[in-house]
This record gives sequence, C-alpha cells and structure tokens, in this order.
Amino acid sequence: MSHRFKSVPVRSYEITPKEVYLSRRDFIKAAGVVAGSMALAACAPEEATPAAPQFNGPALNDELGDPANTYEEITNYNNYYEFTTNKEAVAPMSKDFTTAPWTVEVTGMVSNPKTFGFEDLLSMFPQEDRIYRLRCVEAWSMVIPWNGFPLASLLKAVEPTSSAKYVRFETVYRPEEMKGQSSPFYPWPYQEGLRLDEAMNDLTLLATGIYGETILPQNGAPIRLVVPWKYGFKSIKSIVKIELTDEEPSTLWSAIAPNEYGFYANVNPNVDHPRWSQASERRIGELTRRETLMFNGYGEQVAELYAGMDLNLNY
Amino acid sequence: MRLPKFVEIMKIFNRYTPLQIAIHLYAWSVLVWIIVELLTDSFSINPIQELEQRTGRHAITLLVMSLLCTPLHTIFKFPELLKRRRTLGLYALLYATIHVLIFVNLDYGLAWSLIARTVFEKPYIIVGALAFLMLIPLGVTSFDIWKVRLGKNWKRLHQMVYIIAPLVVLHYLWSKKGDILTFSGDIVRPAIYGLVVVVFLILRIPAIRRAIASRPTRGLSLPFKKNPEPKVDAS
Repeated sequence: MSHRFKSVPVRSYEITPKEVYLSRRDFIKAAGVVAGSMALAACAPEEATPAAPQFNGPALNDELGDPANTYEEITNYNNYYEFTTNKEAVAPMSKDFTTAPWTVEVTGMVSNPKTFGFEDLLSMFPQEDRIYRLRCVEAWSMVIPWNGFPLASLLKAVEPTSSAKYVRFETVYRPEEMKGQSSPFYPWPYQEGLRLDEAMNDLTLLATGIYGETILPQNGAPIRLVVPWKYGFKSIKSIVKIELTDEEPSTLWSAIAPNEYGFYANVNPNVDHPRWSQASERRIGELTRRETLMFNGYGEQVAELYAGMDLNLNY
Repeated sequence: MRLPKFVEIMKIFNRYTPLQIAIHLYAWSVLVWIIVELLTDSFSINPIQELEQRTGRHAITLLVMSLLCTPLHTIFKFPELLKRRRTLGLYALLYATIHVLIFVNLDYGLAWSLIARTVFEKPYIIVGALAFLMLIPLGVTSFDIWKVRLGKNWKRLHQMVYIIAPLVVLHYLWSKKGDILTFSGDIVRPAIYGLVVVVFLILRIPAIRRAIASRPTRGLSLPFKKNPEPKVDAS
C-alpha cells in the first residue's frame, strides 16, 4: 500500500474563494480591496452580514509548484459528451441538470451492499482538499483543486469480498437532460473501471467540490471520480453506480476504439496514442507545450502498482 | 432576364457578381471573427488548438466547396461556378497555410525534433502535410498564364485535387476520437465531408459525368432548368 499522498497541506478555510483567485497582479490589487473591506466590516454594526472568510495567502499550486487553473477555466472547458462535444458549450447546456435527489448504488462482490443518498456520503466521509493535475488524452491538461474523499474510504465501508478484483462505475443515463446521450455514436451510459488496488490507492478521489464550491454539472455533479495518474476519460462523472466484480470491466472508450483507448490508460509519454503523440501536452493557460510526465507526475505513489507489467501492451 | 436593381448597380460599380461578393465575404469571415474574438478577449482558453481547428475546418470547407463547383454546374448549368473554383481553392490554401504555420510555430514553437517525430510517426499529420505540400503547386499555377505554359499538363496537375481531397478528409477524421469503421465516437463532421468528397469523386467518373450532362439531349430534364426545345424538322 503506497504512502499517503501529500497534497500541499490546505485546510478548507484556507482555500482562496474563487472571487479572490486572480492573476498575481490583480491579486495584489484585490488584497488591498480585501483588507479595506475587512476593515469596513469590522466597523459595521452588528446586524450587517459578516464578510466571507478571506485568505491573503499565496495562489494555490500543485505539489510540483505549478499554479492551479482558475475556476473560470475549470468550469467552462469540459469534455462531457453526454451534453455536447463542444467544450465551451457544456457549461450553458448543463446548467439545469438535476443533481438532487441523488443516490449512488454500491453493489456487487461486497459484504455490505448499500444505496447511499448523496447527503449520507457527505456526512459519512470527511471531505479533504486535493490539488491534482488532470491530463486529457487529447494532450491538454489543467491543475484542479478538488474537494472530496478517497474512494478507499467508501470501499472499506462496504467491505469488498476476497473474490472482488475490479471496481466498475456507471454514469447516470438521463437523455431528457443530457442531449448528447441521444447520439447513436456512443454506447451510453458511460462506464469505466479500475483494478481494486488502483481504486484503493490514496490518490483515487470521489470529488464533490472544486475550490471549496459544490461541483457544477459540467464538471460531473454531484459526485465524480478523479484518478490523476490516468488520462482524463478514466475520471468518470456523475456516478450513480459502483460495482465490485472479478472481471475487467468494459469502458466506453475502449468499446469504441479498443486499439486506442485501453483499460489502464496510464499517462505515459513513451506510449503514444496510435494517431498522435503523448510525449507533450499543453497546460491550459500556458503558451508553450510541456513534456508529459510518467504517470502524470504521480509515479512515486502508483508506479509499484504496475511493477513487472508491460505498459505498451497494457495501455 | 432583368436582374434585380441592386444587383445591376453592384455590377456597374464593383464589377463583382453577387456570388463573388458572397464568396469573398464568407472566406474572410472566419479570420475576421477570430480577430474580433481575440481583441475582445473572448477567445478560447485553449487558443492555439482552437486556432488550428477553426482554420483547418474552414480550409477543408473551402476546398470542398471548390470541388463542388464542377458537378453543380454539370447538374444545374451554372457556368459562373467554374470561374469561382480558383477563388475558393486559393482561399482554402490561405487557411491551410495559416493552419500549418500555427501548428509549426505557435503550437510546437519551431521545435523541429518534436515536429519531426510527430510528422513522420503519426499518419494523421503525415496526410495533412502531404495534402498541404501538394496543394501549393496547385495554388501557384492556378493563374491563366500557367495554362499557357503547361499546356495539357496543367489539367493533369490540377487533377491532383482528387488525391488531396481524400487526404484532407483523412487528416480531419484521424484527428478525432472515434472509429469511422464502427461508426462510433466524434466522427459526424469528418464523415459528412467524406461523404461529399466521395459523391464528388463519383460524379467525376467520365461515364457518369457524361450521363448527367447529356440528359437534355436525351430528352430528359435537368433539375430546375428548362429543357432545350426539341429539334424540329424544318420541312
């Protein structure tokens, strides 16, 4: 079992509210405004609403020192084909998506199968803050400050049996709210899977928030998976079912093009997509390309999961 | 047939037909729109890829429109279309050049080893590069003086478009996540362009082209065109 992932230690009250997170120059300017408004709030009479907690610390960075993308970028550039293939159109198209009531059925080879209400999950499993890189198979990436809880906590609560080897996930199927699910070109609903040890790794997160805000539909509300060392399509969104099985689960993209999208989908600059290179990527917000890192930079936590495996065959 | 007044006026003052004006406006519209969005800071957060994709899409659209001129004239007898092939083709080359420059310069920062690895290893870039390189001589020789210089080889040279068009469709198709053979994934738009190119190629097969062009003389009607009066024996 790998050691606990050390995200940059951030407590929820330290997370910069999205309105304050700006570029460095604007941030200095904003800091003056914030200081001024706090002074004013302190002078205000009792009945005035108190100012939201402010944080004058440095901008959020991942553990390699790169800044997190802005809330604006993260919530307006999404691959979510259940709505549309146009990345900038997902946000407006998904704004009326119903996220409550929501249940997640946890079933299969477990001793305690249970259908959890979304609120149960929030109260049973303490939320943490994790700043992860997300690397799309299309060769762009972002740094995202997630809020959520490790999938391992949920799996421990349902107790997988000894025959369980894989975890399978399913997205909601609701074509009346998700127009893209009427497209005959995809075998809806979206499904994904992990090997049990990958699912139990401390990095694997069930995310319910971004930047301290409740996650929005375009980012996979109300609950989604984040597997930061794999290509983004593994991080399935809007989960309704989690199933423990002993067979490697089928996934939507490997069903469409099995020679291009594999089950493991580990970020690997040495294993190209058949049609384009994976050696470099574009970080949203940067103008020059950067080198792609093995396991998206999380090798220390996950490389041992693949010891002895030929990653060219198990792509 | 009297043309509407505004068209007559435009012909007098600008010596451009409505079709010409429409084509020039349409061709420049994509570049203008990009510049407007860049200046108003409303462009994509992934600007380099967005530029590549928009210029690429417009280039293939213009190329396909240029290809459609001949069959549309064959069916509908609209001779002006034949004169607009060059306009559309040159605009396609313009956007293809911008597309390539963005790829080489902005996207890969002139990192030639990275570019070489991508170009020579990845089929989708190889076909794009080939199509572009083949389009250049067509663009250069698209002017009438070259018809004189090259004689009957001019037509043979420009028939290279029959190879360029499918290569461009493949380039577009292979840039998408999906599989055309199983009709799955994000392949709708490339598939539509592919269908148009296939139909165009079929219509260019000499036997088929002759069959369509000769419909009036065989007593059959072309769509939307009056039939020529049947020849009557004078006696």
